[in-house]
Amino acid sequence: MLNRFIAPTMPTPALTRRGFLKLSAGATGGLMLGAALRPVSAAAQGGVDGLATPFVHIRPDNTVVVIVKHLDKGQGTATGLATLVADELDADSAQVTTEFAPANTDLYANTLMGVQGTGGSTAMANSWQQYREAGATARAMLIAAAAQTWGVDPASISIAGGQITDGSQSASLGDMAETAAGQSVPESVTLKTPDQWVYIGKSFPRVDVVRKSQGATNMYGMDVAMEGLVYAVSLRSPRFGGVLAGLDATEARAMPGVIDVIQLPDRATVIAESTWQAIQARDALSAEWDFSQAENRGTEELRAEYTALLDEEGIAFHSAVVSQADTEQVIEADYSFPYLAHTPMEPIDVTVRFDGTEATFWTGSQIQTLDQNIGAQVLGIDPGSVSIETLWGGGSFGRRAIYDSHYVAEAAMIAKAWLETHGDARPIKLVWTREDDVRGGYYRPMHMHRVRAGLDADGNITSWEQRVVGQGIAIGTAFEQFMVRDGVDASSVEGLGEHSAYTIPGWSVDIHHPEVGVPVLWWRSVGHTHTAYVVETMMDELAEAAGADPVEFRLRYLTDPRARGVLELAIDKAGTVPDGLTRGIAVHKSFGSYVAEVADVRIREDGTVKVERVTCGVDCGVPINPSNIEAQVQGGLGYGLSAILREEITLTEGEVNQSNFYDYTPLRISDMPQVDVHIVQSTEAPTGIGEPGTPPIGPAVANAVRRATGTIVRELPFSLHGLA
Amino acid sequence: MKLTVDGTAHEVDVEEDMPLLWVLRDELGYKGVKYGCGVAQCGACTVHLDGVAVRSCQTWAADAEGAEVTTIEGLGTPDALHAVQEAWITHQVAQCGYCQAGQMMQAAALLAETPAPTDADIDEAMSGNLCRCGTYPRIRAAVKTAAANLSEV
Repeated sequence: MLNRFIAPTMPTPALTRRGFLKLSAGATGGLMLGAALRPVSAAAQGGVDGLATPFVHIRPDNTVVVIVKHLDKGQGTATGLATLVADELDADSAQVTTEFAPANTDLYANTLMGVQGTGGSTAMANSWQQYREAGATARAMLIAAAAQTWGVDPASISIAGGQITDGSQSASLGDMAETAAGQSVPESVTLKTPDQWVYIGKSFPRVDVVRKSQGATNMYGMDVAMEGLVYAVSLRSPRFGGVLAGLDATEARAMPGVIDVIQLPDRATVIAESTWQAIQARDALSAEWDFSQAENRGTEELRAEYTALLDEEGIAFHSAVVSQADTEQVIEADYSFPYLAHTPMEPIDVTVRFDGTEATFWTGSQIQTLDQNIGAQVLGIDPGSVSIETLWGGGSFGRRAIYDSHYVAEAAMIAKAWLETHGDARPIKLVWTREDDVRGGYYRPMHMHRVRAGLDADGNITSWEQRVVGQGIAIGTAFEQFMVRDGVDASSVEGLGEHSAYTIPGWSVDIHHPEVGVPVLWWRSVGHTHTAYVVETMMDELAEAAGADPVEFRLRYLTDPRARGVLELAIDKAGTVPDGLTRGIAVHKSFGSYVAEVADVRIREDGTVKVERVTCGVDCGVPINPSNIEAQVQGGLGYGLSAILREEITLTEGEVNQSNFYDYTPLRISDMPQVDVHIVQSTEAPTGIGEPGTPPIGPAVANAVRRATGTIVRELPFSLHGLA
Repeated sequence: MKLTVDGTAHEVDVEEDMPLLWVLRDELGYKGVKYGCGVAQCGACTVHLDGVAVRSCQTWAADAEGAEVTTIEGLGTPDALHAVQEAWITHQVAQCGYCQAGQMMQAAALLAETPAPTDADIDEAMSGNLCRCGTYPRIRAAVKTAAANLSEV
C-alpha cells in the first residue's frame, strides 16, 4: 500500500537489504575497462552508427554524444561529464552533445552509491576516472582506425580540436568513427597529465544553456507531449498516513474533460484531458479520511517532545578526549531548525505508459535503479521490462533523489488501474501541483541541538557536549545499511565530530531519532544544513567569550590544512569591511569540499537583514569547470540563505500549514547578495560542489547579525525574530 | 475563441476562465510557458500580452482574445535570438533552467520600458520571478549586458 509511511516502511522487495546488495554487486569495484568500454552493437544502442561505447558515441555525422549516467537538474553534471570525455578525446567543444543513459545498473552505477543514482554531490567524484578513461579509450580507437586507414604508424597520429592528423592527412572524428568501431579495445589507457588538459579547469560552455535560453520546450518531464496523453492529478490525505474512508466524485466526474476518477487506498486520482481540468476536478472531489494511523501531531507538540529529549542521554556518536584544563566559562545553547520543503521550480511529475507487459516512465529520474525496480514491483513485471527515460530535472535539491520512488509508484498504480478499467495503454502524465508539493512531505527533517561548551582561563575550549534530536532520513529505507551505524543516521550528524574539519577537545555528540510520521528527505547539503549552523555560530560565540579574533580562534582547531586554506583565502579576498556593514564568517567541510564564506550584512531601518556581499573561498579538488563552480556556490549559498531567512514548514494537528509561494517564501532577487567566489587551484581529486556552498551561509549571516544587533538566532528562520 | 500566439492565429475551444497558461501549454503546445505555482507568485509562466509582461496562470483565456500573445518561442528565433536570450547564453545563466523562460520574458519587458536599468530597477522588476537555483547574480549581469547590446543597435 502506498502511504506516507512508505517513506519508512514501504515494502520494496527488490530493495530489501539483500536485494539492494545484489543490485550494487559488481558496481562498486570501479571501472571495468574493457567490459564497460567495449563497443556495443548498433542494434543495442538503438541503431546508432559509428563508434558506440556505453559512455560515448561518435557518429559519422561528427557529433560526439556523451552518455550521461547522472541526472542533471541544474548542477551542471552533463556539462561536467562532457568536459571529461571531450578533454581526453580532444574533441571540439562545439561537436559535443549529451544524452541521458537508460536505467542499467551494471553499466551506469554511481560507483560511490552502488546504484544508478545522483546524490551526495558525488557525480564528478565517481565519474572523474571513468569518463576520462572512456574518452581516452575512444581516442585510442580513433587513432588505431586512422593508422589502419592511412597505413601509417599510430605514433605519428595526433588529435586536436576534433581533427585527426598524421601531419599530411587529416580526418574528423566522425570520418573515422565507423572504422574505429572495428578496432580492439585497448587493455589500458594513459590519461593526460594536468598540463595537457584543454578543457578541464577552463570553463567548458554548458551543453544545455542554448536550449534553456530558447525556452526549453522539450527538456523536462512537465513538458512531455505525446499522442493520446491524459493528465492525472491526485487528492491525497491532508495528514500523513491518512487513508481514504469515503469518496464522493459525482461532481468531479461531471466536469469538463474528466475521463475517470481512480480510487486508491490513500488517494483519489482524476484523469482528464488537460492538466487544468484535472486540477479543477481534483479540487471538486469530496473525501472522508481515516486518520487513526496518521501522524496527528503538530509542530508544537513535536517541538515539546524534542525539547524533552534534549534532557535525556541519546545514542553516542562521537566522543573525544576531554581537555585536562579547568573550565572557567560555559556557554549552553539550544537550537531549533524547522522542516523545509525543497520546492524545485518544476513540481513533481512523471509520465507513464503501461501495456500489461512493458512500461516506460519519463521523468527527471534521480535514482534510476530504484525508479525502475519500484515501478516494476508495483506493476508486477520484471525490472527489465521497465524503461526509465531520464529527462532534465527542473531543480531537485534532493527532492527527486527519492528512496521509495513514491511518485513513480503512484504513477504505476494509476497506470495499472487504468489498464484494468480501460484495457489500453494510454500514456498518463501525473502532475503534482505546487500545493501538492509544498504539502506533500519529504522535508528536510526538523532538528534540535543542545550544546554545552567550556573554555579555560586562557580562552581555549575544554569540552563541547552536543545532543541532536531529529528523524533519521535513511532509517527504514534501502539506504539504511549504508547510512545508519549503531543506530545513528549519518545524515543527522554529518559535519560533527570526526566528520568535521575541526578537532575540538572534549567533543561528544549523542543523538535521538524520534519516530514521526512526516516523511523526510535529503535537502541540499542534508545534515550540514543544521550541523554547520550550530558549530559555526557556537564557535563565534566562544571566540568572543575568549576575547579572541573569530578567525584566529577557528584556526586553533582547524587541523585540516584545506579548511584553513579556504578560510584564509576568503578573509584575504574580502578585504576590509565596507562602511555601514557588519561581517560574519563561517567555514565548513561537506561532501569532501571546503567552503568558507564571509558575509557583509546591513541591518535595514525596519530591523531586517540585507546580506550585501559574500566572499567565498572554495576548495573542491581539481576545479573541472570554474564557471560552474561559481554558479553552484552562488546558487547553493542562495538556497541556504533562502532557508534561514524565511522558510519553514509547520503542522497543526498533523496538517501542513503552508501551501504555495505566498506562505512558503523562497529568496527573491532583491535579497540576493553579490557573491564573489574564489577557487583554490587544487590538484586533489575533484569532490562535490552542488551542495557545499549551502552550509556556511546561515552561520556566517547569523554571526554578522549577532555582532550588529546582539540578537543570537538559535531558532530558525530569521523571520521569527523580525529579522526577515 | 481566437488567440494569436507568436504571430500565429489559433482557434481554441476552451472555457472562458481557463487560465491562458494551460491553453498555451495543453491546448496549443507552447511548452516554453512553464507551470510553477499557478498563483502568480513565481513568474515561470510569464508571457507578453501586447508587449506587457503578465502571469499567464492568472490571465483568463478570454482576456487574451484579440491580443498579441508572445511566448519565449516568439521572443526570438533560434536563428535570431532576442538580446536577452543572447545575454543569457553569454553569462551561462541557466542552471536547471525551468524558470528562465519567465525570467527572460520579464527582462525583455523591463528593457522595453527601461533601456538602462540600475541594480535597483532590475531587482524591482525581476523580484516576481523566483529561481530556486539562485541564478540571480547572473540574471543581473545578463540584463545589463542585454541592455548594453540593445543600446548599440
